[in-house]
Amino acid sequence: MSTPPDAAAVPWTRRIPWQTLTPLLGLFVLVVIGAMLSDSFLSASNVTNVLTRSAFIGIIAVGTTFVIIAGGIDLSVGSMAAFVAGSMILGMNWMLGLGLAEGVVLALGIVLAVVLGLAAGSFNGFTITRGKIEPFIVTLGALGIFRSLVTYLADGGTISLDFAMRGLIRPLFYGSFLGVPWPLWIFGAVAVIGSIVLHRTRFGRYVFAIGSNEDVARYSAIPVRRIKTLTYIIQGLCVAIAVIIYVPRLGSASGSTGVLWELEAIAAVIIGGTALKGGSGHVWGTIVGAVLLSTIGNVLNLTDVISNYLNQAVQGVIIILAVLLQRGRGR
Amino acid sequence: MDATTPDPKPLLACRELRKSFGPIEVLHGVDLDLRSGEVHAIIGENGAGKSTLMKCLSGYEAPSGGEILLDGRPTRFAGSGPAESAGVVLIHQELALVDDLDAAANIFLGREPTTRFGLLDRRRMDREARALLDQLETRVDLHVPVRQLAVSQRQMIEIAKAVARDARVLFMDEPTDVLTGTETEVLFALIRRLREAGVAIAYVSHKLDEIERIADRVTVLRDGNHVATKAVTDTDAPEMARLMVGRELTDLYPDKRPAPDAPERLRVRNLTVPGYAEGVSFELRAGEVLGFAGLVGAGRTETFEGLLGLRPARGEVFVNGAPVRIRRHEDAHRHGLAYLTEDRKGKGLIQSMPLTPNLTLQALRRFARPLIDRRAERAALREAIETYDIRTGRVEARATELSGGNQQKLVVAKILLDEPRIVILDEPTRGIDVGTKREMYFLIRDLAASGLAVVVISSELQEVIGLAHRVVVMRSGRVTGILEEHELTEHEIVQYATGLKNRGVEPHEHAA
Repeated sequence: MSTPPDAAAVPWTRRIPWQTLTPLLGLFVLVVIGAMLSDSFLSASNVTNVLTRSAFIGIIAVGTTFVIIAGGIDLSVGSMAAFVAGSMILGMNWMLGLGLAEGVVLALGIVLAVVLGLAAGSFNGFTITRGKIEPFIVTLGALGIFRSLVTYLADGGTISLDFAMRGLIRPLFYGSFLGVPWPLWIFGAVAVIGSIVLHRTRFGRYVFAIGSNEDVARYSAIPVRRIKTLTYIIQGLCVAIAVIIYVPRLGSASGSTGVLWELEAIAAVIIGGTALKGGSGHVWGTIVGAVLLSTIGNVLNLTDVISNYLNQAVQGVIIILAVLLQRGRGR
Repeated sequence: MDATTPDPKPLLACRELRKSFGPIEVLHGVDLDLRSGEVHAIIGENGAGKSTLMKCLSGYEAPSGGEILLDGRPTRFAGSGPAESAGVVLIHQELALVDDLDAAANIFLGREPTTRFGLLDRRRMDREARALLDQLETRVDLHVPVRQLAVSQRQMIEIAKAVARDARVLFMDEPTDVLTGTETEVLFALIRRLREAGVAIAYVSHKLDEIERIADRVTVLRDGNHVATKAVTDTDAPEMARLMVGRELTDLYPDKRPAPDAPERLRVRNLTVPGYAEGVSFELRAGEVLGFAGLVGAGRTETFEGLLGLRPARGEVFVNGAPVRIRRHEDAHRHGLAYLTEDRKGKGLIQSMPLTPNLTLQALRRFARPLIDRRAERAALREAIETYDIRTGRVEARATELSGGNQQKLVVAKILLDEPRIVILDEPTRGIDVGTKREMYFLIRDLAASGLAVVVISSELQEVIGLAHRVVVMRSGRVTGILEEHELTEHEIVQYATGLKNRGVEPHEHAA
């Protein structure tokens, strides 16, 4: 028992982490089905379209991965996105009114979105850790607060970006670099940076430790409250980044912007193999989860086998299946 | 009764029992007979397979080979439920009560008596629970959640729960680990009554003196093999220890080095931990081993958790002569203090994680530049396995796969990895076998010799006397005496621990 068995003695089928590959296999199956049902599914324009659409939820869900692995939950991200988007548009309109140059306004608008995202995340994080309140409750409250703030700012209607800005800001969503749309570059950058921070830094390791066993983390001299707070701040930052590519797409925000995004983000994380109770997971699974979710909608749109109205039902089935499969593959 | 020939009719027995976890076999064909009206001790080092054997025999684990005989007939328990229905009950080592339920609800969990309307018969539950706990001389409020009770009371409830199941075969895994001397006596009286009633009792313990007192026969396991089964009257503690480790065990404690005349590392003045300790003052030198003795519940653990920022406390702390403020555990860590928790399963290791991240968790700063150097982490694990003789099947194992003693070595390696200057070891040898204990004692001596300041909190008086240069004795949250090396006898410590003697260091007069 004291001599470790040679790694080569373990059959290779056992060394492949099947349960972590489940989401990827699921996506593969879905792509095969999509390609069989529709000729246009694998066309470059459709693939780009699906990936670009998954960028919003995907970027938000990278932040959600941190929150959930640390044992928390954030229900407020959809409302937070609407609030940040509404404030960003109002801010830019106001600055235009002051006569600032459009380029400066855009830059300041982006700064404003990031600051608001960080502030909103800090509000959640500090309320949870300093106030010692369940994250479910704090972020449920925040969900209501942000949602009604944006409705108030919009006076019950829609906040629209001044037309003078539209031309300048459009490329942030519709433009591309080296043939790849900007949202995908940003999505990719967020995923890579998120992955490195989560898996290769001290902070990331602490996130796992806290989600696995908070007592052990505390007894190991880990600043538990600071790390937990930071996960919500990262979530806020991710929301801000998603908003920065969302605003150029529609140029407006209202009380119905981002409704249920929090559940889509959580779904992407869970499909990606992260445990809802915390302590285990990875960023790339979340990316696959986000892409998988938007692929479902796309396949239903392109084909008429299942009504598009059943989109959320199919997503629901996939979420449950994903968790079942991952558990079934477990030890 | 001859110990070597198999009893014709054991209540529960196993033949050639094997158990593998994955590719690793941990029981290599073990035979055991449990007879009616007999206490059968099972001993062995950590990782010898005692717990696995018990779990196989009580339905918690399915054996991978061999057979289990109940009343002479081959049996397969489909789980612990069927085993309990057959009268085979295991009392857990890790307390397995439902924290939010009260004592009576826990005792009857899963087999609650009901009235004829199908509602819970609370009155009957209370009556019977009270009767059972009275037998164990455990007076607890039947209507408070068990999370509010002391560990020893919870252990007694665990025992009552097993007895309430009308067990014919009872497995006890280190039942006295968390009990005081008096409570142990009460438990022994109950065990004797059960034995007279014809129950077969399997008793796992590291305490050889207890086995000599309570057991009829003893079976020794080593590395998953059956080594010997003997009548207790035919053997003695030294022989049992020898059979367990497979070699002659020389002195358990290393020679003490003279008390150092070294600079003071830590001074604590009037430390108060609300609800647990008051006005605790002491100092600690480099190279010194300072013992903390006292009864269970004297507030020793809480004192140090307060000192180390793990619970609210106030008082003055000086590290290397300079006053420091420790408000969070990170502050203590920064000042070079490290704490080995007494609860290694719940607070020491992340059971679900592999060994490497567990080892480096506290000293992670050393491996981040700024990205974590995984190769250096793996090298650190290899070195720790070598240095502390951690026995693991494979290096990628999760912490939960290690036996108790090896988990303890891993936690020790973890807290020493960041090179602290002051270490506080809380019950460093609880639940580990005599061989590993000896290694721990030598390690503690070496740590002190290398200039670390060491505090050892222990409920085993022999251990404190064998290791410490001076001993602080606590009772009910207060220091009743600080004994110098020449005063260290069990008798003397007990007098201070029970309050017969008191050098009562009143809070303020000591503040010189």
